[in-house]
Amino acid sequence: MKNPFENLDKVLEHRIRLQIMSVLMANESYDFSSLKEVLAITDGNLASHMKALEKEKYISVNKSFVDRKPSTKYKATDRGRTAFKKHLDALEQVVKQQK
Amino acid sequence: MKEVQEYEKDLASIRTMMERSAKFISLSGMSGILAGIYALLGATAAYFITYYPVSPFRYRIYSIQEPDTLWKLIVLAFVVLTASIATGIWFSSQKAKKNNTQLWNTTSKNLMINMAIPLITGGVFILILLSNGHFGLAAPACLVFYGLALIQGSSNMYDEIRYLGFSEIILGLIGAILPGYGLLFWAIGFGVLHIVYGAIMHNKYDR
Repeated sequence: MKNPFENLDKVLEHRIRLQIMSVLMANESYDFSSLKEVLAITDGNLASHMKALEKEKYISVNKSFVDRKPSTKYKATDRGRTAFKKHLDALEQVVKQQK
Repeated sequence: MKEVQEYEKDLASIRTMMERSAKFISLSGMSGILAGIYALLGATAAYFITYYPVSPFRYRIYSIQEPDTLWKLIVLAFVVLTASIATGIWFSSQKAKKNNTQLWNTTSKNLMINMAIPLITGGVFILILLSNGHFGLAAPACLVFYGLALIQGSSNMYDEIRYLGFSEIILGLIGAILPGYGLLFWAIGFGVLHIVYGAIMHNKYDR
């Protein structure tokens, strides 16, 4: 039998990144400050994980100004959605195999 | 490599994050109860403007004719609406403070945009009905469009709201068949149902 651990996504093994992707799967788009609030983490921490996801092209970034204040919106890309689903399947396999 | 328990926690956290990020959890059950009470008070006042002294449970065979009465009812409806919205915002902001979250975030913005479409359409449609003299269908139309707005917004709220939406639509459609009971159905839909669902949500989520 194939080892389900091999199917786990290295980038999404980190829980905060997985949570960020969960939020972006459930919502069309999400802005930085709302993400920070939902995840309850610091600016710097969130920014570094967003960079990592951006580098993998799992998310797309849209910077704009709303009422002269900068607003950064994130969306999951198709690539990110596929990776998330694959990782989720692998997680389920891993957990199932242990039972 | 992580322990299997850690992967189980990963799975659990996916679910919580999806829920928490997409749902407007600051919505307060108490504001639903109060909105219901305002609606019942408003309906009672409307009864004294129109039906009185005929029993509220008697089927009304004639519609309002005097523009004066109509204006009183429109102002009354507007007061009930404003009071309910203000109460809703106040209670939600209190709850948001308690939960340490922002009232105005991505979720509440989405919720408002989703609900605004059926609500504004309904509002304009009812004004057209009134201006054409179709007074009897105004109250059921309120219920139907409000129900549609709730269903539209329910993906951003607690699941119970979807059932409240369906109840409002069904009540509105029955009310449209029996326009003589317009006020009665309006009072059940905006008064009784809000109190019932508000109480359910208060018991389930606000304690």
